[in-house]
Amino acid sequence: MSNAFIAFQKNDDSRCIVEAILEDNPNAMVDDQPSMVKIDVPNRLVIKRETVEEKMGRAFDLQELQLHLITISGHLDETDDEFTLSWNS
Amino acid sequence: MDMKASKKLGLKERYTLMTRDLAWDTTYQPMDKVFPQTAYEGIKIHDWDKWEDPFRLTMDAYWKYQSEKERKLYAILDGFNQNNGHLSVTDARYINVLKLFLGSTPPLELMAARGFSMMGRHMQGAGPRVACQMQAVDEYRHFQTQIHSISNYNKYYNGMDEFAHQQSRMWYLSDGKSFFDDAITAGPFEFMVAIGFAFEYVLTNILFVPFISGAAYNGDMAAMTVGFSAQSDEARHMTLGLECIKFMLEQDPDNLPIVQRWIDKWTWRGTRKLASVGMMMDYMLPKRIMSFKEAWEMYVEENGGALFKDLARYGITIPKCFSQTIEEKEHVSHQSWIGFYMKPQATPFHTWIPTPDEMDWLSEKYPNTFDQYYRPVLEFFDAQEKAGKRFNNQTAPMNCQVCVSTIKFNEPGDPMEMCFRETTYQGEKFHFCSDHCQEIFEHEPEKYIQTFISSHQVLQGNCEPEGVDVNAPDFQPGKQILDYWKLDKRALGDFNGSEDQKNFAAWREQATKN
Amino acid sequence: MTMLKTLAPYEFKSRDALENYKGRQLVYINWERHRMFSRPFVVALTPDTPFSTIIAQMAECFSYHPDWAQIDWDKALWQNGKNSFTPDRNKSLAENGIGHKDLIRFRTPGLDGIAGTGY
Repeated sequence: MSNAFIAFQKNDDSRCIVEAILEDNPNAMVDDQPSMVKIDVPNRLVIKRETVEEKMGRAFDLQELQLHLITISGHLDETDDEFTLSWNS
Repeated sequence: MDMKASKKLGLKERYTLMTRDLAWDTTYQPMDKVFPQTAYEGIKIHDWDKWEDPFRLTMDAYWKYQSEKERKLYAILDGFNQNNGHLSVTDARYINVLKLFLGSTPPLELMAARGFSMMGRHMQGAGPRVACQMQAVDEYRHFQTQIHSISNYNKYYNGMDEFAHQQSRMWYLSDGKSFFDDAITAGPFEFMVAIGFAFEYVLTNILFVPFISGAAYNGDMAAMTVGFSAQSDEARHMTLGLECIKFMLEQDPDNLPIVQRWIDKWTWRGTRKLASVGMMMDYMLPKRIMSFKEAWEMYVEENGGALFKDLARYGITIPKCFSQTIEEKEHVSHQSWIGFYMKPQATPFHTWIPTPDEMDWLSEKYPNTFDQYYRPVLEFFDAQEKAGKRFNNQTAPMNCQVCVSTIKFNEPGDPMEMCFRETTYQGEKFHFCSDHCQEIFEHEPEKYIQTFISSHQVLQGNCEPEGVDVNAPDFQPGKQILDYWKLDKRALGDFNGSEDQKNFAAWREQATKN
Repeated sequence: MTMLKTLAPYEFKSRDALENYKGRQLVYINWERHRMFSRPFVVALTPDTPFSTIIAQMAECFSYHPDWAQIDWDKALWQNGKNSFTPDRNKSLAENGIGHKDLIRFRTPGLDGIAGTGY
């Protein structure tokens, strides 16, 4: 099984996003690096708008991820509610 | 909240309305005349509407987020400059990695911008056209922000101001130039595999993620913000590259062998291009977060491996070069650094021998190779320098006809032997660094016989500053090569004793007292 | 077989054709297992240049290496590309069969670079 991953610049928004990912992806592994954070999840990584909003305490458009993203791995599917990275193998 | 169900369109609906629904089929001229480049490479497309950008990014949202990125970026750059941020980097050797990074990357970003502008014109489907246009604008943004960065450091440090002049002239910049020239002179689908897939998906991770995180670790907030701001676009670029691969493979089974050959070719060309990034990570960052080898394992072996495993369902196999890249990850950064160290009079940045502590770090990170093959050489150079005989190799190098790297890589399986390959085409010999470059040449020799090899051009008398009479009886080619390159003499030589070293020490001293 | 596909006729000359060197030719020279130099280096010489000129250029470049003084010239092995040959240093490149863009590989058995590193 391959890992899907995502990396963010470290800032206040991405701190909440990472918290949301950890809550919604029980197998998530966090790799803390200087000024950035990378999260790996076996096979499928999902970011849920609702969870991020709960962590941030405000409305959040998943397209705002664009501002903090550094890199991704996996096939992407983005809807209004979920941002999903996955491998088919 | 009940009010959430507003009139706002959903993401998928908005994407459809603002991309495909804004496009039309031409009637005054047939579509294949309007888009003359889509068929000649042999790629068969039956339904362009099957292409969908998974980010579903529309132009209005694009401008919104990109302008926000720019505001953040320039706020940090301003803060960095207002606080003399350049003096907060670990030590002045670090500046040299910027000279190499910022001196070589912007012209390649510009080539990417030109390439994606062409793709934005020549891709027949509205989905890829919009995504390519966005990427073209992104690449211009990277080009501009990197040049802004150069201007900030260029006020203080030597050797950064002639990067544009040097791009198509200097020996060590030829590999990157050749990579993009090769891609942009291919057809649109090959370009997408070259840049969108191999470069963005498999390779930029190494340059913009661990290396830029390393810049932050060395206190360089400016390079960090420029790098990460660029990389925030790369996630979208990677997705575009991957979508293009899947799209071609899903459209017609006849596309598979063509796509496979391009994946093989461009994974290898990208690997060669990254050899110098290896030495930036292992040798030029005073503080290092991970070795090039570790980065290679994380981003190329694991991430690239995951991708190739996933694409196996279409019949794609792991690129032929993959096993060689795994063997070479133990060697290339050391071979590259020695390659630059030997040429103190031929680069606008300084080189040096790592400190004993740094060598110990390299031993730890490269237990299979560093002590056996590279440490004794570096220690020899160090002793020579201390005895006043700093190595300065003045001969002109031999280069690979395809990747234009200097011939320096070892024979697979034997780190002691140089790897040579050659072939004859139309009665002329051509030399390569590897089986993979030879194979690329043999597929399209008409293209690669035109390669610009700096040492050869010097010997032909084509690299002289204005006013030199190449027909004079006493003409000696290359005598004035530094002037031809417009190399800043202050930027030459070993780091030890350089003006940058002295200035940095003096300025730091001033920063702490009156 | 070429796999090049183009929209129009595509014919360009080699940028390194012999005729571009005005009577001279390229020769690459490599000292095997001594990779600290510009590995193979390249020079442009006329075909009537004696091979001894190449040895002089090698000395100029390679004598920085401590192995250079240790060479037993009677045991040195030479290759032109893949083929072994014994150069006559008083004869010309042409007489020694060295053509445009040939790679001369010089091997000194027993000398494997600094501390046996191949450098």
